Amino acid sequence: MENEKHHIVPIKTYVYILIGLIALTFISIGVTHIELGEFTTAGALILASLKSWLVLSYFMHLKFDNVILRIFVALIVLVFAAVVAITFMDYMYR
Amino acid sequence: MNQEVSFYEVKKYKTGILNWILSTDHKRIGLLYLYSILAFFIVGVCLGLAMKLELIAPGKTIMEAQTYNAVFTFHGIIMIFLIIIPGLPAVFGNFLLPIMIGAKDVAFPKLNLLSWWIYVLGAVVALMSQFMGDGPPDTGWTFYAPYSFKTSTTMLPAIIGAFILGFSSILTGLNFIVTIHRMRAPGMTWLKMPLFPWSLYATGWIQLLSTPIVGITLLMVVAERTMNIGFFDPALGGDPVLYQHLFWIYSHPAVYIMILPAMGTISEIIPTFSQKTIFGYKAVVASTLLIAFVGYFVWGHHMYTAGMSDTAVWLFSLMTFLVAIPSAVKVFNWIATMYKGSINLKVPLYWALGFLFLFMVGGLTGLVLGAVATDVQVHDTAFVVAHFHFVMFGGVGTAFFGAMHYWFPKMYGKMYDESWAKVGFYTFIVGFLLLYMPMFWLGMYGMPRRYYDYLEQFHGGNIISSFGALVLVAGLAIIIINLVTSARKGKKAEKDPWHGKTLEWQVDSPPTLENFDTIPVVEKGPYEY
Ligand SMILES: [Cu+2]
Repeated sequence: MENEKHHIVPIKTYVYILIGLIALTFISIGVTHIELGEFTTAGALILASLKSWLVLSYFMHLKFDNVILRIFVALIVLVFAAVVAITFMDYMYR
Repeated sequence: MNQEVSFYEVKKYKTGILNWILSTDHKRIGLLYLYSILAFFIVGVCLGLAMKLELIAPGKTIMEAQTYNAVFTFHGIIMIFLIIIPGLPAVFGNFLLPIMIGAKDVAFPKLNLLSWWIYVLGAVVALMSQFMGDGPPDTGWTFYAPYSFKTSTTMLPAIIGAFILGFSSILTGLNFIVTIHRMRAPGMTWLKMPLFPWSLYATGWIQLLSTPIVGITLLMVVAERTMNIGFFDPALGGDPVLYQHLFWIYSHPAVYIMILPAMGTISEIIPTFSQKTIFGYKAVVASTLLIAFVGYFVWGHHMYTAGMSDTAVWLFSLMTFLVAIPSAVKVFNWIATMYKGSINLKVPLYWALGFLFLFMVGGLTGLVLGAVATDVQVHDTAFVVAHFHFVMFGGVGTAFFGAMHYWFPKMYGKMYDESWAKVGFYTFIVGFLLLYMPMFWLGMYGMPRRYYDYLEQFHGGNIISSFGALVLVAGLAIIIINLVTSARKGKKAEKDPWHGKTLEWQVDSPPTLENFDTIPVVEKGPYEY
């Protein structure tokens, strides 16, 4: 379509994000050596979410693209969160 | 390129078959799916018939218990994963979606061909399970843990096959979503789009968002079988009910992957044969989106007796009753569309009316299962089998045949024999009712599903049911033979034999390679008579 602006992301940004992702990967391996008890899974999931947030915003251009796409992704995340919450509700009330 | 010839005549390769299996034309891909699905359907029907013949008398009739377990498993895998999940979107969605929105093809034609190839690959892998190792799978199509990682039968190819098939479904859904967002003809705003594309849009989102969940779940079973991880094995701290959660988080929305396009088809047929605009267009669109959305939160109604917490059972029952509302809105709108219309009682409308009756029985017996107290009584009985065959076969199946008889002139440029089509329809309906009605009664009185044997008191109902299966198969044979011979020798069809208003009736029958010489400009709503 004609009325679209293409945002050009400098290579440097991608390299920084890549380094960030690799660093986070090592951190998530690192935290498994620390005894966190029941927070082990939570820690792994938080780090993983951080990484997917980086990939979605920069590599998949959500940060620079049309707002409607961000709304779509947000809605999907909400549906997914609701599904997870309902599943865990079964376990909580058992 | 000559724009006058139909897409059948445009050939890139000398070898005939390559023009099909390497074609990126959405119409040829739709037909590839149609022929693959038809081939599997014949196998699935034969397996179903074999089960009904086994059940014609108590005790062993024609097969051993273990064979029966394998047969119902394979029947389910074929019918669900290979036929109704791709079903209407892959066949009629591919053939008609671009034409109905005024486009030359889907957004990603090569990806479209890839999804057919993935479908074939998945099917071949799943079929291998029948001929390998320690005998065919016997878990049922649901692959419930812990049995699916404990049974000695050949599970891995079946599970991996289903996993691969998921990608085909995801790619089709993605393709349709992008096509609908980006390729509508100028002037076709969202609320001027016909209802079949709308249903494909909602379906596309379900395919895209839920299929990965079953994919990862199936991989978890593979990991469990090969590496003893312990996701679902209580001995290792796992939870078998978790498998059921994960499986139905996909497989309930999958029911809407099947039924929404069926509803979309009915929403096309009824206005055309009533020569009247659809009653409450916006309500039909809204109900489509609502069904797709609420459908994500009802999966637990498959698990009332599995040991879930009572709070969860209560919530799932409530949500299940809520999802019935938009379905009922649609039924009301279809009936109101026919009210005071100039009804043109042709074969596609027969099927649409058949859909209305059978789907309503299926839907209302679904409420018996959605209510917790009654579900506990009929859970895992023949009642459930009757219910979902009314929805899947009586609903999606009749809509598929309706679509076949509605769009046949467009797809082949030929007309079929209407009197034989009506004979086929009536034979089908009579056979269908004889086959599945007694199963409601049998289930109410406690005949369990998935057993090759039963108590003497259930004999009468089973005889009627097995006899109905034979009538049903005769009906299917009449329908299929009539369509196949008509595709070869039928008389030539006009552009718009039913006086439809949507865009597919403005292009040639069969369409040219690029559908439209010039992309149309849309000014009116889809059903303005
Ligand atoms: Cu369900």
